[in-house]
Amino acid sequence: MLTDRPEPRKRLLRLRLNGRWREDAVAESELLVDYLRDVARLTGVKTGCDGGECGACAVLIDGEAMPACITLAVRCEGRSIETIEGLVEQGRPSRLQRAFHEKLGTQCGFCTPGMIVASEALLRKTPRPSDQEIRAALSGNICRCTGYVKIIESVRTAAEAAP
Amino acid sequence: MTILARDLHIDRPSNVQEAIAARRAHPGSRFIAGGTDLVVSMRHGLSRPGVLIDLSRIEELKGIQFGEQGVRIGAGVTLAALARDAVIAKSYRAVAEAAQTIAGPGHRAMGTVGGNLCLDTRCVYYNQSEWWRHANGFCLKLRGEICHVAPQGRHCHAAFTGDLAPALLALGAEVEIAGAERNRRMPLGELYVEDGRAHLALAEDELLVAVYLPAAPPPSAYAKVRVRGAIDYPLAGVAVALAALDGVVKSLRIGLTGTNSRPFVLAGTEAIVGRPIDENALQQIERLVQKQVQPMRTTIASAHYRRLAAAALARRLVDRLFAGTQ
Ligand SMILES: Cc1cc2nc3c(=O)[nH]c(=O)nc-3n(C[C@H](O)[C@H](O)[C@H](O)COP(=O)(O)OP(=O)(O)OC[C@H]3O[C@@H](n4cnc5c(N)ncnc54)[C@H](O)[C@@H]3O)c2cc1C
Ligand code: SF4
Ligand code: FES
Ligand code: FES
Repeated sequence: MLTDRPEPRKRLLRLRLNGRWREDAVAESELLVDYLRDVARLTGVKTGCDGGECGACAVLIDGEAMPACITLAVRCEGRSIETIEGLVEQGRPSRLQRAFHEKLGTQCGFCTPGMIVASEALLRKTPRPSDQEIRAALSGNICRCTGYVKIIESVRTAAEAAP
Repeated sequence: MTILARDLHIDRPSNVQEAIAARRAHPGSRFIAGGTDLVVSMRHGLSRPGVLIDLSRIEELKGIQFGEQGVRIGAGVTLAALARDAVIAKSYRAVAEAAQTIAGPGHRAMGTVGGNLCLDTRCVYYNQSEWWRHANGFCLKLRGEICHVAPQGRHCHAAFTGDLAPALLALGAEVEIAGAERNRRMPLGELYVEDGRAHLALAEDELLVAVYLPAAPPPSAYAKVRVRGAIDYPLAGVAVALAALDGVVKSLRIGLTGTNSRPFVLAGTEAIVGRPIDENALQQIERLVQKQVQPMRTTIASAHYRRLAAAALARRLVDRLFAGTQ
């Protein structure tokens, strides 16, 4: 409903994205999810809802999983952002990524980046979580395919595979 | 890509006075804390500020401090920090329980106490996308002519659905508010007005700085009913603070949310003081709740259900807390 809008005011945004510092000119109204997908071209970050309800857009901000669709990009100045792409270890899928693949924790795959990012935040803090802790950590993420059982199994498998 | 605003500027004051000055300098601006309520509203076109005043750098809004007088909780404290504080969890249990039930873990890491207490009221006809509301002719709360919930009236019945307020109310909280002239301190209950369109008794340039809870609190608990077990606002939420001695109630305060346009303390609980909690007392509490809650068709669950649920939650919590003191 906003037509013929003038070029919005931009600011230089400096942040650490998947381990590398970068700078971009970003409109102050830009959402982190749009910055990540359209500017940084990290399309693993998904948009699954109208704002804040589904967890598909979850990214790690200073290690905490947060919804990028209700985060203003310029408020991430100086912070460390990690996306599903950044969780790959030396070009290979991480433990969690492998476990989701092997244990069928992913079906259509739309919720998967958010699920894995939220699980990653959990395992960094709690390497051996109980099922209850896994459920609580994923309670902000919605999946319309798997029924969640396989997702919890995937996270448990990844935790058990840790050295 | 979502376009939030034609042009948006974010101001980053470093203290409360600068924040208030910025708010006065920019009519139509808004304070932003965690942004988990405001940014969703902006996405839905419910709020279109040209300037956001970012509160996240203000030290005075941070931290939880314990002293002889009780606790000071800064308005900028996140819900996650509040929920995991060991002393809050032990002594002010209802507050920790309420914080823990708010939204999902990501929202709790971002969302703050101030944002939760100043949350906008909600309604099924209001918390919708712009095109949805446009197709429905908008409503009284914003841009429309009638209220779809009570079309005959000129009143908005959107419900206050913050979870922290009832817990803080039950425990006798006060709030500190900063304005251009001076800071004032008042009971939390006085922050709210029974009006879905204007439920906060705050001037535009006033800022919530901190919440204070008295020392030596009675045992307390919080419970809510919601459509889904996770990431969901309360259809009704109840906090109870109850002290008992020698088998009778010494003090009883019940805070409610989700049913009215403001959170409130249940009136009439003095009648239970000095008595044991028996079936009689429980029924009396249920009746008080059923009389004072005013749920309207602002959620997909029926108003009648929310009335009964609020009463049932109050009954259960009172029963459980009293049994715990025996
Ligand atoms: C999917 C979803 C589910 C949710 N579920 C719940 C729930 O179950 N229970 C619940 O209570 N909430 C829920 N919320 C709402 C929200 O996440 C929380 O209420 C949160 O605490 C809001 O805090 P914030 O700091 O993010 O607020 P913001 O969005 O930053 O601000 C909210 C409002 O408060 C004002 N404000 C903020 N700080 C101050 C201050 N210090 N002084 C004056 N005004 C101020 C802002 O101007 C704005 O109007 C949910 C949100 C989403 C997206
Ligand atoms: S109660 Fe009525 S006026 Fe208020 S938001 Fe709902 S439909 Fe709109
Ligand atoms: S797209 Fe961010 S929570 Fe749904
Ligand atoms: S796998 Fe399809 S939404 Fe989860």
